[in-house]
Amino acid sequence: MKINYCDALVIGGGLAGLRAAVAAQTKGLNTVVLSLVPVKRSHSAAAQGGMQASLGNSKMSQGDNEDLHFADTVKGSDWGCDQDVARMFVNTAPKAIRELAGWGVPWTRVREGSREAVINAKKTTITEDANVHGLITSRDFGGTKKWRTCYTADATGHTMLFGVANEALKHKVDIRDRKEAISLIHEGEKCYGAIVRDLITGELEAYVAKGTCIATGGYGRVFKQTTNAVICEGIGAAIALETGIATLGNMEAVQFHPTPIVPSGILLTEGCRGDGGILRDVDGHRFMPDYEPEKKELASRDVVSRRMIEHIRNGKGVPSPYGDHIWLDISILGREHIEKNLRDVQEICQIFNGIDPADEGKKGWAPVLPMQHYSMGGIRTKPTGESQKLAGLFACGEASCWDMHGFNRLGGNSVSETVVAGMIIGNYFADYCLANDISIPTATVQKALDAQDTYLDEILAYEGSEDIFKIKNRMQNLMDSNVGIFRDGPKLTAAVEELEELLKKTKQITVKSKERCGNPELEEAYRVPKMLKVALCVAKGGRERTESRGAHYREDFLKRDDANWLNRTLTSWPDASDTQPTITYEELDIMAMEMPPAFRGYGAKGMIIEHDLSAKRQAEVDEITEKMEAEGKDRFEVQAALMNYDLPMNYKDKNERVGVK
Amino acid sequence: MSYEKGREITISVLKFNPRSAVSKPHFVDYKLEETPGMTLFIALMYIRENLDPDLSFDFVCRAGICGSCGMVVNGKPALGCRTLIANYPEGKLELMPMPAFELIKDLSINTGKWMDDMSVRVESWIHTNEVVDIAKLEEKVDPDIADETFELDRCIECGICVASCGTKLMRPDFVGPVGLNRVARFEIDPHDNRTAEDFYELVGDDDGIFGCMSLLACEDHCPKHLPLQNKIAYLRRKLVALR
Repeated sequence: MKINYCDALVIGGGLAGLRAAVAAQTKGLNTVVLSLVPVKRSHSAAAQGGMQASLGNSKMSQGDNEDLHFADTVKGSDWGCDQDVARMFVNTAPKAIRELAGWGVPWTRVREGSREAVINAKKTTITEDANVHGLITSRDFGGTKKWRTCYTADATGHTMLFGVANEALKHKVDIRDRKEAISLIHEGEKCYGAIVRDLITGELEAYVAKGTCIATGGYGRVFKQTTNAVICEGIGAAIALETGIATLGNMEAVQFHPTPIVPSGILLTEGCRGDGGILRDVDGHRFMPDYEPEKKELASRDVVSRRMIEHIRNGKGVPSPYGDHIWLDISILGREHIEKNLRDVQEICQIFNGIDPADEGKKGWAPVLPMQHYSMGGIRTKPTGESQKLAGLFACGEASCWDMHGFNRLGGNSVSETVVAGMIIGNYFADYCLANDISIPTATVQKALDAQDTYLDEILAYEGSEDIFKIKNRMQNLMDSNVGIFRDGPKLTAAVEELEELLKKTKQITVKSKERCGNPELEEAYRVPKMLKVALCVAKGGRERTESRGAHYREDFLKRDDANWLNRTLTSWPDASDTQPTITYEELDIMAMEMPPAFRGYGAKGMIIEHDLSAKRQAEVDEITEKMEAEGKDRFEVQAALMNYDLPMNYKDKNERVGVK
Repeated sequence: MSYEKGREITISVLKFNPRSAVSKPHFVDYKLEETPGMTLFIALMYIRENLDPDLSFDFVCRAGICGSCGMVVNGKPALGCRTLIANYPEGKLELMPMPAFELIKDLSINTGKWMDDMSVRVESWIHTNEVVDIAKLEEKVDPDIADETFELDRCIECGICVASCGTKLMRPDFVGPVGLNRVARFEIDPHDNRTAEDFYELVGDDDGIFGCMSLLACEDHCPKHLPLQNKIAYLRRKLVALR
């Protein structure tokens, strides 16, 4: 048996995993990162538009601070998020971006003087002051009070990923790619590492570590139409689920992005609309102001996606061989702006659709349609990133639910979360590894490895008539049709039942090649059952949640129901022979919130079933705030009185801003 | 959904598993129907799901961003995900793994290991002794310099430049256009304190800047259109002046 020992094991080599690994390595821990692919090819690279951090440097972001970023994040989450975590995040985000600048990320900078911008389809002049020339600039994104999204043109994730990956190489983090964790080693309620398959040789090996941190990203590929890379299959969440102990949180909370291009599903960044691009229907009419007069195209993503589908249902979609779509028009921004700031978008339109989006008029419009984009749900953890149930197991980034996004994530908050969580959770994770020694019998490790070895042999021995690729495709199409943007009880029930059947069918296949290495069908055969378990968590969680909150929209329960559903869904898989997850709930404590539940600002009022405590806590918050402000206390003191929170390192220090004492 | 029946295309793939005792390199022809907007990503996924579940290849983002899917298409290295079948009027595509990298199987090659070694060799990270207080304002950077650094930071390490490179064929340890571009990138970055002399130590030899024969297939094939020719010439002039 091949056993690798290390202090800290990180599974997943995207931005969150790499940043957490740097945190562990720099605290003196022998740290190993395992990745399915060369780490610089991780899906983090696909984040285009930018990273939210309230620097407040440029004209349109002046006056921004942590409080505004916090309020936007909580509202965006439809009050589903953990407000402690949101506070931890907004205070660390400016530090994360400044750290990355020092690591060489070439953030686009403020240029003094006047420039033309398109705001609400009108040309507007913005003039930047000389004293901010050369500081990091920001653009507009949906659902934010200020222009807060910092960027490097439209390749932000790429430059960030290279910056962090290079830093990890500098610190000699032991990065091993083409390695797939297929189960966790655990005994009692403690995690000891993972059983890992080498994707080149097919060999199984054990990694034993004091602490294990999963940062494997989201589960978008359980859907057919998704912007996610092909590796985003939720396997990290699945192996945590399969321990039978660790829980997943809010798996039904899935985001659909308004503007992937049709039919390939490749994302056109929110920066398109942030920079002034607009949505048009079959008649060329700009329809978003009809539905959302205030925020228009820059309402929250869940809102824009629903409005687009609603408009198509009203007969205003553009017909195509791939079904109806909507037009995205960025030609109004002008060729110069597009070729500088939206160059990848232009290339994608040219290469995959033969359209130059800088061409004026209808010729330059790109066909778009909402598709799966982001997984708010994930491995449920405490604010420190450690599993609530399985000691020594941590999770960060999209793979986790610590829970920063609740039921809808703001654009620009995900790539920001990756590095921020990597910093915060990476440090808590490192401290855990420093403080906890482990002892585990090698027999236990051998047993965990043998179980996977036997399982792979079993798969190769199946002699059934089903086809694993067909099962996977059916799951993906079913998730699109029944667990998508608009959900209802009958569709969700049908989805749960059929997914359960599909899970059973995964044992009735035949894998044609019997090789243990270089056998893509074998890989599908052990991954798809894991994906189906994740899909079942999404569908069943969605069926049980009889309300509409954020991206979870029930046509049979249109209201947000704070009285009954201000809680977090926890799914677990206690017995390997189960064919459905077990669901429990975790209440959110309104009386501990800094910002009690209220109207989110979209659509009609009166769509909330209020919780009794919301008004009570609001009165309390108002009273404390008023009293302290009258006593001359500053915003930090007021905040601390309302909801205190912890951060490691110096991350709680005040963030310096231009012109603010 | 209805569309006209597409033409029949033939995709011929060089298959070989170097880890197998019995496998020998051989071409396999796959015939399939072209669909509108079909790329090599779509075609190869179709082949794996319907014709040959044993076919190995690498895709991640399928959008030309991650650099995973470099392969030789009708004799030229290109990103598979960005290769549109419609651009091949004869309807025949011959695919081979890119040379210069370790073959894993079929079209799958080990670019990650090569690129990590390259990154370590040119010390592809910021060198500075300054300790930054991240709670304070960031260092100012001239917006033009930031944009210029970004231009070169757009490299996705796909390896197409290395597979295109004549020098790499003659000198196995050549750092490649990607490595020289990386040096040029850090040379511009004001956060990096290295001097020209430091860079000379890294690439001032025939396996580095003085090995390039300026054949420029790297720039011809670079999917990100990086200005490799200019940057390599600039770096060579700068470093040759030191000796």
